[in-house]
This record gives sequence, C-alpha cells and structure tokens, in this order.
Amino acid sequence: MLLERLIKFFTSLRLTVVLLVLSLVLVFAGTLGEVHLGLYKAQTEFFRSFFIYWHPAHAAWKIPVFPGGYLLGATLLFNLVAAHISRFKLTRDKIGLWIIHAGLILLILGQLATDMFAVESQMHLREGQMKNYSEADRLDELAVSDVTDKKLETVVTIPEWLLAKKGDIRNDQLPFVVRVKEFYANSLLSTNAAPGFARVNADAGLGAGLWWQPVPRETAMDRRDVPSTLVEIVTPQDALGTWLVSEWLEQSQTFTANGRTYQLQLRPERFYLPFSLRLVQFHHDVYEGTDIPKNFSSQLLLNRPDTGERRNVLIYMNNPLRYDGRTFYQASFDTDNQGTVLQVVKNPGWLTPYLACILIATGMVVQFLSHLVPFLRRRRQ
Amino acid sequence: MKKIVPWILAAVFAAWVLSTLHQPPETGFHTRDFGRLPVLLNGRVQPLDSVARNTLLQIRQRQSVGDRSATAWLMETMMNPEAADKLDVFRIDNLELLNLLQLPESQKYYSFDQIQPHLDDISRQAQRINSVGDANRTAFESQLLKLDNALEIYQRLKLSLCPPGTTDFAGQLAAYEQAIPAGVAAAQAREAGKKYDQAAFSRLLDFLSSYNDLSKFAYPLMVPPATDAKSRADWQNIGQNVMSVVHGNDLSPAVRDYAAMATAYSQNQPAAFNQALDDYRHWLGEWFVPEARQGVQEFFFNEFEPFYKAMVIYVTAFLLAIIALLTFALAPKLSETLRRSAFWLVVLGGVIHTFGLVFRMWLEGRPPVTNLYSSAIFIGWGCVVLGIILERVFAVGLGSAVASFAGFITLVIAHNLSMDGDTMEMLRAVLDTNFWLATHVVVVTLGYASTFMAGLLGVTYVLLGLFTPLLKYKSGNLELGKVLAKMAYGIVCFAALFSFTGTVLGGIWADQSWGRFWGWDPKENGALLIVLWNAAILHARWGGLIRERGLMNMVIFGNIVTSWSWFGVNMLGIGLHSYGFMAAAFWWLLAFVLSQVTLIILGMLPTGTWKSFRTPSGPAST
Repeated sequence: MLLERLIKFFTSLRLTVVLLVLSLVLVFAGTLGEVHLGLYKAQTEFFRSFFIYWHPAHAAWKIPVFPGGYLLGATLLFNLVAAHISRFKLTRDKIGLWIIHAGLILLILGQLATDMFAVESQMHLREGQMKNYSEADRLDELAVSDVTDKKLETVVTIPEWLLAKKGDIRNDQLPFVVRVKEFYANSLLSTNAAPGFARVNADAGLGAGLWWQPVPRETAMDRRDVPSTLVEIVTPQDALGTWLVSEWLEQSQTFTANGRTYQLQLRPERFYLPFSLRLVQFHHDVYEGTDIPKNFSSQLLLNRPDTGERRNVLIYMNNPLRYDGRTFYQASFDTDNQGTVLQVVKNPGWLTPYLACILIATGMVVQFLSHLVPFLRRRRQ
Repeated sequence: MKKIVPWILAAVFAAWVLSTLHQPPETGFHTRDFGRLPVLLNGRVQPLDSVARNTLLQIRQRQSVGDRSATAWLMETMMNPEAADKLDVFRIDNLELLNLLQLPESQKYYSFDQIQPHLDDISRQAQRINSVGDANRTAFESQLLKLDNALEIYQRLKLSLCPPGTTDFAGQLAAYEQAIPAGVAAAQAREAGKKYDQAAFSRLLDFLSSYNDLSKFAYPLMVPPATDAKSRADWQNIGQNVMSVVHGNDLSPAVRDYAAMATAYSQNQPAAFNQALDDYRHWLGEWFVPEARQGVQEFFFNEFEPFYKAMVIYVTAFLLAIIALLTFALAPKLSETLRRSAFWLVVLGGVIHTFGLVFRMWLEGRPPVTNLYSSAIFIGWGCVVLGIILERVFAVGLGSAVASFAGFITLVIAHNLSMDGDTMEMLRAVLDTNFWLATHVVVVTLGYASTFMAGLLGVTYVLLGLFTPLLKYKSGNLELGKVLAKMAYGIVCFAALFSFTGTVLGGIWADQSWGRFWGWDPKENGALLIVLWNAAILHARWGGLIRERGLMNMVIFGNIVTSWSWFGVNMLGIGLHSYGFMAAAFWWLLAFVLSQVTLIILGMLPTGTWKSFRTPSGPAST
C-alpha cells in the first residue's frame, strides 16, 4: 500500500511539474546570486549543492531552505526514469517522447560527469615563452623544491585545501615538517603598518618586517584571490624558522636543511603536460578606425619530445586546439598585446551534449510531426 | 463586399508603400546624392546619410531636424557650422540638467549655442560620473553623460570635413599646397640650425595646426584609401590626408572634391556644389565601385524605412481585427469583411517586414540577429509569421489581431533600441561567426518569439473572457475560448521545441568556443528558464493539472520569463552576454512584469466574474 503510494508519487507528472517549477525558481535565484556572490561562488551554492542554506549573520548554524541543483537534478532524473519504467508503453505516438527523454537523461548524466571529472586550467604565455604546464584558475599550492642538484629539481606540492587546515604536514621526501601556522585564502601585504594590517610573525625570509591582512574572497570573474601563508620549518632536531609565503612575493625563498637547499613558493596549482607550447606571436585585430576587437589569435609552437612531434598551431576565437584529450581556447590576453591566456579544458564527457542534442531534436521532430500531421489532416477534412 | 474591400484596402496601402520609392529630382543642393557618399565609421563602410541619421537618433532621438533631412543637417554641421550651432538638435528632458545649464524648461530641443557656455562644466561633471559604476548612476548623471557624449560627437562632426572659420576651404588648400615647399625648406634649415625663412615656416605651421585638429577629432573617415593602398580598409580622415602632403604624399582627389563642395556650400552656390559632388561620384565610380554601391544601397534602405511602414500597417490591421472581433455577433458580415481586411494587411505588413529584415541581412552579410535591436525585429517577424499561420488554420481574426499587435510592439521596441546609435555595428570577436549566429541565435530567438506569442494569446483570452462574452461564441463548431486554448497549446509546443534546441545549440557553441557546454552564465540561465517553463506548461497539461484557464495563466507568466531572459539579464551587468545596464529599460521591464502579474490575477478570478462565462451561450457565427 505504502509502496504503491510511493510509486505513484515518484512517477507522477505532478511531481515533474513541481520539480520543473522549483528548478525555475532555483535558476532565477542563482542568476541573481551571481550578481552578489560572483559566478563561481553562486554556482557552488546554488547549482552544485544538494541544499541551499540560510544562516543569520555570524551564526555558526545553518538551515536548508531550498533544494539545490544536485537534488533537483537527481529527483527529476529519478522521476523520469521511474515514470518510464512504470507507465510508458512503447507505442507509436509515444516513441518521440521516449527519444526526447533518453536524450535528456544522457544530457543530465553527461553534465554530472563534466561536473565531476572536467578540469579547467589556464596557460599564460608571453611572446617567446615556453611552458609544459597549465595553472589552476583559483587554487594555489605551496611548492617545496629541493634545488641542491642543479640538473634535477624535486618538488613536493601542498594543495591549498591542506594549507587551509593548518597544522603539521609531513612527506617522505622531506626531512622536515611543514607547520602551517596561518593561512589567508585572500590577502594583502604592506611594507608598513597601514590601518588594518598586522605584523607578520616571520623570522626568516622576505616576510620579516612585512605587514599583512586577510581580505574577503574575490567573487568577480576576472580577479583572483592572492593567498598568503605563514609556515614554520621544523626538523627533528630544531625549528629552522618561520617564513611568510605569498603569491604577492614573486621570488622563491631559499633555506637549507640537512645539508640540502630548498625553495619555498606559493603559486597557482600546476597541471603538467607531456608536451610544451611556445608563444610565437599574439595578434589583437580591431576593426579599422575603432577599438572594437575583430579577432584574437595566438601563433604557437607545439613540441612533444616523446614522439618528436613539432609543429605550428594557430588558436583563435571559435577555433581551439584539441590535442591529447585537452582543448586549448583563446581566453584572454595581456594589455600590452604581447602575451596570451589560453583556457585549457580536459573534459572526458564533452561528447555527451552533442549526442543528447541529436537525440532530443530527433525526438521532438518525431513527436511534433506525429501530432501535427493528423491535426492538419483533420482540419483539411 | 467581403472579397473586394480587403483587396482594395491592401492595394491602397501597397500603393502608399511603393509611392515612396519614387522621389522627385532635387533642385538646389543635391542633398540625397551627398547622403549616398560612402565613408568609414564604426569599422564599416556606410553612407553619410547613415552617419547623419544615427547621430541624430543619439542626440535628438529623431531622424530629422524640423523639415530638414538628416543629411541636410549633416551638411550644415560639416560645412557651415556657425549656422548649425543655432539649430535645436540636442534633446534634454532632465529638469536637474536643464537647471544646471540654466536652460528654459519650455523647449524640448536645444541648440549648441545655448549649451556652449556650459561646456567646461559638463565635461568636468562627466569626468566625475564616468568613475561611478553604471548601475549606481542617478537619472541626472546618466542624462548628463549622454549629453556629454552627444556634444562630443557633434563637435567631432564639425571637424570632419573642413577646418573651422573658413568659407573657402578649396582656396585655403591651394594656398597651403603653395606654402609647402618654402615652409618645408625653412623647417629643414631650422632643424639643421641654419638661417631660415621665419615667415614661410610660421605660415606652414599655422596651416598645420588647424589641420591637426581635423586629423585628431574627425568623426567619420571620409577619404577612401589611396588607389595603391594595401588594404581597402585603410581609410583616412580629411585632416590626416591633408597633413600627409607635407611628407610628399598626394592630396587625395576625394579631399579636393570635398573641399570644393565645402567652398560652394558655404558660399551658397548650388551649381558649383553639385558639380564637385558629381566629380567625386565619378571618381568613386572609377576606383571604389563596391563602396559606392554600399552607400547607395544603405541609403535606399534608410529612405525606404520598411520597418516604419510595416508598423503603420500593423496598427491599422490591429484596429480592424479588434473591430472584427467585437462585431463578431452584432454584424457578422461586416465582421468577416474586416477580418479579411485585417488578415491581408497583416500579410502586407509581413511582406514589408520580411523585405526589411532580408535587406538588412544582405547589407550586413549576416544572419538576422546580431544585437538586441535586430532581435526585436526578428522576434516581431517570428510572431507575425506564427500569427498568419494561426489565422490560416483558425479563420476567426484572433491570429491577425495577435500578429499585428506583436509586430507593432516589437517594432516600437526596436525603434527605441536604435537610439543607441549604429544598429549595424561590427560584431565583437567572439560573435564573429555566421554559423552560430545563424543556428543558435536564430533558433533561440524564435523560441522567444513563440513563447511571447503564446503569452499574447493568453492575454487575449483573459481580456476577452473577462470583459466580453466572446469566448463562448462559436465559430463553426468551436467556441472561441477553445480555439484560443488550442492555439496557445500548439504554440507552446513550438516554443518548447525552439527554446530547447536553441539553448542546447548555444551550449554547443560555448563548448566549441571556450570549452564549457554550460557555464551558468545569466543569459544561458535565462534561456534555460524559458525551456523549464515551457516544459512545465506541457507536463502540467498532459498530467491534467491545468485546463483552459490554467494553461492561459501559465502562458501569460511565460511573457514574464521571456522578457526577463531577453532584457532582464542584460541589466545584471555580468557575464559574457551583457550589453551594459539600461536604466530606462529597467522601468519598462518592471511595468511590463506588473501588467502581466495583474493579468494573471485577473485570470484567476472566479468564473462568475467573467462576462464570457456568465452568458449561457453565445450565438453562432456564420
């Protein structure tokens, strides 16, 4: 009895309509949220979540007030599949609906896969510069590099989320403990005691004598956080000192431990590639007599040592480079027009929307014609 | 009667439209030929007439100054600026701004001479306001900024053809050319530290300093590239060309002819002016055939004003269709005549609308929708086509009424959007792809059009139902109410198909261009909202959750969703699709949303208050 009612509930069109309307509200609220929170944060809170929470200012607790994107998507998917299993029959006038809904399921699952597996990063190249890695949009890492051997550099990287937890970080490769004493996800540095700044409690490296303060996370799309952290290096014998490591400090800081030389640097998280790209030239074309951009293009040299592949590639608007499971897009450029920013996307599920689109369009046309044709025939009679 | 009258009416309107194609030859200055001359502005070749019209739309919100055509005004501004300064061309509505400028409130338009004493004040204020974000500006501030922009364009126009203060530019140019050899020699001697001819040097310098202003501030680039130039896009302004003569370049024949025109114009000699104009056109005909043709074609389009004509026809058709509906029962024969008249007028309007749309596409070499302005034109076109189809299927006058209304309103919206300037502006790099503009943008815009169309049918249902007994009247064996419901349902199916396909195509474009099928960009979200809402309507109907009135209320809400997606998200000022904040448009949007909410509330009133449902049953129409 209860099961029957449950089945009826989960397979009902009423539930579908309610879910669609809730999705409408969610998408609208999310769009407004993007204005205040920025695209990234709003997406996380509204669309990549099971619930949207509300909490009073400064309160430690929060209550769910509205279903989030994951929950609505999952319930819609369940509703759809359940309804098909229990109610639909494969008749001729329903075949269009079947195809449409199969396409929808593929689309939603594909987007879920994208959400979980796609990695987006960026590659900033100045003219003449070569890189074999791309960098994360927003996340940083603390790189501890053993540079004793001039020819071989061994790097241990500590991701930002681990730094944010603070505490001791150990690694077999390192003969010391990295003790994170403070971590600001977004920060400002100063050389004097400006209002709002506190003295950095560093006793080694560049940070001694500097002032810093945490600032709110950046929400605008075109700006990123600049994190800073205070770390103490502790060997089993004794503490070597406390360093301020920050993305504001462009130089890496050197120290020695156990007779080996190490460098500390906070930098955007890197994704290494099995090939390198060198920017030969960047072009920013405008329409004659205006500053309206006509095209942006990057002339690059692709070099892959393990296969000996070496060739020129041209990336421009609406024409990315697809290579080695990744896609490189023209995303931005330096204001002096001598540097380019490529968006690097690795998305194993990229094909699903194409297939889904074909399925759904086919289904809609089939469904539409199967109603329209008889209707017009009746009218004619 | 019911066959002849519609044809006569349509023929009269068609004759009116065609009559404007023939223009009598001009006496005096050949203004229209001048208006056809090609120049380069906003990155594209366009006739001077377009420069004049688009400038006037921006500063005066009209395409003419009194009985002076846009081009005639442009000629005055470029070649006789002292007289142009006295013309009332700046529209100022804001009272605070008028007070600041100490201008009388009784006028609507003001002349440059009236504003001139306050130029410094205006630019100082504008500098401050520019640092304030778009969204935080008061009405006064944005009006002041607009005026500042208008003044800048106006002053640049004055420096586009000839230097200020001369009534004989041609003579001045000849004197300049004569002064060059001695002047250059003097300059070289001076450079080398030798004795030099002080008089010859400063004479040349005087010329150059006045041409320097011309080269720096000119608005359109009026000099076609040299005939041996590398690129056909290499246009110059007159000042640049004149100054380059010092470096041994030839003065372009274009400049000689323009200078002759300027001299003749300021000395009021039409014959000499027309002669110089003809000389220039001949020269263009020898070297710049495509550019000259571009000018002629766009001039024709400007002068023909297809969208204005379609608008007039739609209004007439709408009135006829409404009267046809209201006289449905009282005078069936009259009603049928009016209904047919309305239908044929809608078809005529649609033909002219289509002509304008296609002509624009051809001029631009682009698919129909490239910016907000053209989306309004296209949405209107889509609604009209859908309405004509509806009228063919259900011959009750409703299709014509809705089509003509939608056509009229969208063209009014388009007209208001054209105040921002050139509507055929060049496309920014990302958008520069005809394939995606032709697929994603067209399909998604058809989605907007059909959702609006369904909404409009809903509005018709509520208004007719509440205030007239018409919904119960029968046409054939179907009640009008049922007809409307069938229409709305069919259109919602269309809307779901188009909006969904369009949205997914947009995702695929995004995937092709920046590697993200879906990025939750506000405009994407807006399109998704339309898809979700249409899906909700369809499922609610299939599940029996709504019937006739429920369907109608839901489609009216679709108007709100679509207007949000079309205009609302552009006001958010974030994301890849935003076109900048539009404060005035925001209030219109709000008013529209409120009106639709009111209609939905009315639509939910108990049936006892509906005039259509109180009357037991209406008479049948023949």
